[in-house]
Amino acid sequence: MLHVESEIQELKDRLIAMWDLVIKQLDKTQQALEGHDRDLALEIQATERRINAFELTIDRSCEDFIALLQPVASDLRFVLTALKINTNLERIGDIACGISEFISDHDTEFNREIIKHMEADRMLTLSIEMVKNLREAYLLENTAKARTVYKRDRMLDKINSVASFRAVDCLEKYPDQKRQTLHVLSMIRKIERIGDQAKNIAEEIIFYIEAKVIKHKRKEKDKEE
Amino acid sequence: MRTKIETNNVHLHYGDFHALKGINMQIPERTVTALIGPSGCGKSSYLRLFNRMNDLIDGVRIDGKILIDNTDIYAIPQSEVDRLRRKVGMVFQKPNPFPKTIFENVAYGLRVNGLKDKKLIEGQVEKALRQAALWEEVKDKLKKSAFELSGGQQQRLCIARAMAIEPSILLMDEPASALDPISTGKIEELIYELKSNFTIIIVTHNMQQASRVSDYTGFFLLGELIEFDETKKIFRNPEKQQTENYITGRFG
Repeated sequence: MLHVESEIQELKDRLIAMWDLVIKQLDKTQQALEGHDRDLALEIQATERRINAFELTIDRSCEDFIALLQPVASDLRFVLTALKINTNLERIGDIACGISEFISDHDTEFNREIIKHMEADRMLTLSIEMVKNLREAYLLENTAKARTVYKRDRMLDKINSVASFRAVDCLEKYPDQKRQTLHVLSMIRKIERIGDQAKNIAEEIIFYIEAKVIKHKRKEKDKEE
Repeated sequence: MRTKIETNNVHLHYGDFHALKGINMQIPERTVTALIGPSGCGKSSYLRLFNRMNDLIDGVRIDGKILIDNTDIYAIPQSEVDRLRRKVGMVFQKPNPFPKTIFENVAYGLRVNGLKDKKLIEGQVEKALRQAALWEEVKDKLKKSAFELSGGQQQRLCIARAMAIEPSILLMDEPASALDPISTGKIEELIYELKSNFTIIIVTHNMQQASRVSDYTGFFLLGELIEFDETKKIFRNPEKQQTENYITGRFG
């Protein structure tokens, strides 16, 4: 293996390790929400530090890679992509941590009916699937798989767009659980941002493998659709 | 952009050896074109076509068309070759100043070309030395031997010598490969500045140098031009896998 190839493999391994940790955080967030497990929520918050440390290490590795190996073409696209995915993953980690804070702040379990009506649980499942699919797409260098996130992202956007109306329903139906309803609405806003980050990651994977910039073209296409 | 140099289906043979195989290229005026590729790929042979330096080698055969300013330079009479070479200056890998003073190195070409007026020669020498970013360093020692200069200064002197006769094309065959990073930086800066007046073609083994100084890059392999495109395109996302392998160091 050439020196540059071993450096790429090392950086890829680090990024995948971070990806796995972020997926774990999301899975735990889902478990904590379902079972109202406040201890698990606190564990998520403690683990956030590890994600931040990962981000710094990967940033540093990317800087070294550029400074020492002066990459071009696919090697350059690889390192630029790694830098951006690193940031996206760290933000997804932040979001998981943010959601976990809502869980740990509540003494009582969330009303399942509110969560179900506002589809927060479905959104979380969709977003976790997106992050997992992207990990596989990156590992297999499979852009078709990366592109599957667009459909799910549109589903997230759809749920998010009606969340305020559904929150009003819940506020009327459960007047003594206003705080819960508002927190679920905040969670939905956060989960929607996981979709945005996942979409960014998909764009980066496509850029790395196909050398195509689809960022703003995709937005225009979405608008047309 | 106007095409300065054009080659159409150019083949070059050294005896039985087929050194260049059907090269097509259009080089726009006032740009820098880098020719890259492994040793023996034909890039220097290609470079030497433009001032007909290959003519001097026994057993050479050239087919196809090579146009400079729309004139087929291999169809001109022998008497016109000197005029062609005035139009196409060349700088080599190792600095090769004449064993003369700094001033005489630059003035030599002017005198050979029949210029006798002392004032005019002085003016031209100063202009060329300024263009080569050397004037400030040598203006007080023009009568000193060129060999007293450092390697980097000698190479810039050779560039000044090439420019004194006001060519429109400058050929550079690995002009910085024998120089330290500071001198290399000066040569690269010079190339960048000179392209506003000259069409420059540079052969280099240094990928970073090619990407830093050139507007266009041609990748040669085994006598074939594998890919020719804007440098940005070549170093971001080349079309051919062979180019990608070469510029990323995976050529084996």
